[in-house]
Amino acid sequence: MSAFDNPFDPNNQLSQGCSCGQHANQAEHDHAKAMDVRDLEDRAVEGAIMRAVFPHDETRRHFLKAVGAGTALAALSTLFPFGVAKEAFAEVGGKIEKTKLKVGFIPITCATPIIMAHPLGFYSKQGLDVEVVKTAGWALVRDKAISKEYDAAHMLSPMPLAISLGVGSNKIPWTMPAVENINGQAITLAMKHKDKRDPKDWKGFKFAVPFDFSMHNYLLRYYLAEHGLDPDKDVQIRSVPPPEMVANLRADNIDGFLAPDPVNQRAVFDGVGFIHILSKEIWDGHPCCAFSASKEFVTTMPNTYQALLKAIIEATAYARKQENRKEIAAAIATPNYLNQPVTVVEQVLTGTFADGLGGIHKVPDRIDFDPFPWQSFAIWIMTQMKRWGQIKGDIDYQKVASEVFLATDATRLMKEAGLTPPTSNSKKFFVMKKEFDPALPEQYIASFPIRSV
Amino acid sequence: MDIHKRWHAPLLSVIIFGLFLGIWYLATVPKEAAVIVDEEYAKLVGAAAATGSKTAVPNPTAVAVKLWEHIKDPFYDRGTNDKGIGIQLGYSIGRVLVGFFLAAVLAIPLGFVIGMSPLLYKALDPFIQVLKPISPLAWMPLALYTIQDSNTSSIFVIFICSLWPMLINTAFGVASVRKDWLNVARTLEVSPLRTAFQVILPAAAPTIMTGMRISVGIAWLVIVAAEMLVGGTGIGYFVWNEWNNLSISNIINAILLIGLVGMVLDAILNRLAKAVTYKE
Repeated sequence: MSAFDNPFDPNNQLSQGCSCGQHANQAEHDHAKAMDVRDLEDRAVEGAIMRAVFPHDETRRHFLKAVGAGTALAALSTLFPFGVAKEAFAEVGGKIEKTKLKVGFIPITCATPIIMAHPLGFYSKQGLDVEVVKTAGWALVRDKAISKEYDAAHMLSPMPLAISLGVGSNKIPWTMPAVENINGQAITLAMKHKDKRDPKDWKGFKFAVPFDFSMHNYLLRYYLAEHGLDPDKDVQIRSVPPPEMVANLRADNIDGFLAPDPVNQRAVFDGVGFIHILSKEIWDGHPCCAFSASKEFVTTMPNTYQALLKAIIEATAYARKQENRKEIAAAIATPNYLNQPVTVVEQVLTGTFADGLGGIHKVPDRIDFDPFPWQSFAIWIMTQMKRWGQIKGDIDYQKVASEVFLATDATRLMKEAGLTPPTSNSKKFFVMKKEFDPALPEQYIASFPIRSV
Repeated sequence: MDIHKRWHAPLLSVIIFGLFLGIWYLATVPKEAAVIVDEEYAKLVGAAAATGSKTAVPNPTAVAVKLWEHIKDPFYDRGTNDKGIGIQLGYSIGRVLVGFFLAAVLAIPLGFVIGMSPLLYKALDPFIQVLKPISPLAWMPLALYTIQDSNTSSIFVIFICSLWPMLINTAFGVASVRKDWLNVARTLEVSPLRTAFQVILPAAAPTIMTGMRISVGIAWLVIVAAEMLVGGTGIGYFVWNEWNNLSISNIINAILLIGLVGMVLDAILNRLAKAVTYKE
C-alpha cells in the first residue's frame, strides 16, 4: 500500500487511476495529487497509523467495510490524536525547493495581490523570500520570465495563452494558476473630447492599449465594434506601456485609452483626461491580469509553486474585502511599488472616485479580486485572438484552456483561504448583453459582423 | 590675460544661467484659476485638476527642493524598486566601467594589430564599417534573447558601443606614426616588439586616448537608454520610474546628474589624454 493513498477507502486497491473524477484528465489528476502536499502528508500520517493498528491489509479492509470510513476515523481519533500527528508532520514535510524567488510586476493596481503580498507579509508567511521586481513593460516581463530571470510573473491574462500557443514569442508551455483581478480598467478620453461621449463620433481617434495580447485590446475592440466602428480601419489602436499613456494623452498624441488603473485615475488627478466608462460596463466580472509561471516551474518545483500560489490566493482573499482596501492602497502606493499618490490608488481600490468631469462616483466593485481561472475566460480570449487575426487556423480551445488555466490548485487553495470556489471550471457570461457559450467558440466568432477573419 | 578679463566668461555663464532660471520661472507661473470645483472633488484630484487645468511643468523651486532631498539622502535603500539616486548612479557607472574596460581590453590590442598590418586593415574594414553605425540599442533584443540576463545584456550593449571608436582610433593612430621614427628605429636595429612599445605606442597614445574619450562619452549616453529599456537598477531605471509617477521634478534632477557624471567621466579621460600628449 502506497503511503499517499487513502487508507479509509475500502474500495481503494491503491492503484494510480483517476478515481475521483474531478479532473479533466489523468495528467491533471496526478498533477493535482502531486501538488497537494498537505493532503498527502495527512494521508501519509493516517496511513501510518492505520498500518500500525491493522498490520494486515485484509483486516483493515474488512473493518472499514463493516463500520464505514467515517466511524473508523472517529473511533481511531479517540485513541490517537490524528490532528496533532498531522500538524507535526506538516512542519517537517513539504520542503520548499527554492525559497528565494523573484516575481516581476508592472506597476498597476491589477498587480495588487502580487505586490501587497510583499509588504503585508503573505509571502513570508509561506516561508518564501520573494523579491517583487518592477518591470518596464509587458514584453520585458515575458522575456524575463521566459529567460528564468523571474520565477513567476504578473502578466495580462491573454499572455500565458499567447506564449503557450507561440503567438508573438517562442512557443513555451505556460500556465496561469490564478487571475489577479476582475474589472478595474476604464476607457479614458482627453479632456477636449468631453462632449463626444458617443463612440460613433470617435472615427479617426488614436487609442492606446497596454499590449497587443491584453484584455484591454480585446475589450476596446469589442466595444468599438459593437458601436459599429471597425477597430482596424476606423480608429488607430497602438500598444503603449501604461506609464507612458498619461504623458501621451497630455501631449495630445492619443485621444484616449483603455488602460489599467491607476493610469485612468492618474489622468484625472492631473487634469489630463476623464473616465468615459469603467470596463465593468463592457463586461462585468472580466478577468484582467494574471499570476503566471512556466509549466517547467510548476512541475519541477511543486512545493515552491504551491507555497507561492497559496500566498497569492490568500492575498487575493484579503484584497477582496472592502474594509482592507485603504490599508492596501497605502501599502502599495509607495515608491517601491506603484510610485503613485496614495489618493489615486485609494480611489481605484475603494471605488469612490473623481471622474474628471467634476463628478464623484461610488462603484465599490470598480476593481475586484477573484483568483479563479475560469476556463471559459480562456476560451473567450482565444475567440477574440482569432476574431482579430492574432491566431489563424484551428485551435483546440478546450485543451489549451485546461492546460493553461490551472483551475484545480486554485479551487483547493481558495477553500483554504476562506473563499468559495465554483464547482465547475466553465461558465456562460455576457459581454455587452451578448451571451458567450464556451461550448460554441467558432459560432461565437462567426456571429460578429465586424471581424478580421 | 588681464585679471578683469578672466572674470568675464564665468560672469557671462552666471548671467545665462540666471536668465534661463528666470524664463523657466515665468513660463511656469500658474494661470489664474478658471473653474473652481467643489471641495470634496478637489480632495480627490491634484491641485491643477481641481481648478480645471492640467498639471504643469514644475517651477525651479520645486525642482530645487527635490534636488535637496536627493542630495541629503542619496544612498537610501527601501527595497528592490526604491533606492537612492546615489546608488542608482553607482549601478550605472559600474556598468559603464565594466563594459568600457572589456571593450578597451579587446579594442586596443586589436586596433594595434590592424594598424600595423595594412592587409588586416583592409580585410577587416568592411566589417567595421558595417558594425560601427549600428545603434547600440538595436543590439538589446538580440542580447536579451541570447544572454538571457538583463544586467549582462546592458553591459554587452556598453561593450559593443565603446568598441568601435577605440578600435578605429587605435588603428588610425598606429598606422599614422611618422615613418621617420620607424626608420630611425629600424636603423638602430631595435627589435619589433620594442619598436611597438617604445616608439609606436607613445606616438599613437594621444589618438588612442581620444578614442577612449569618445567611447566613454557614448557609453554614458547609451547606458541611460539601455536601463530605461531593461529596468531594475541604474539611473535610466530611475528616470523611467519617475516618468511612471509623472514626476517631472525628479526627471529634471536626474537629467542634471546624468550631465554632471558625464562631464566628470569626460574630464578624467581628458586629464589622462593630456598626460600622454607630446609636442613634436
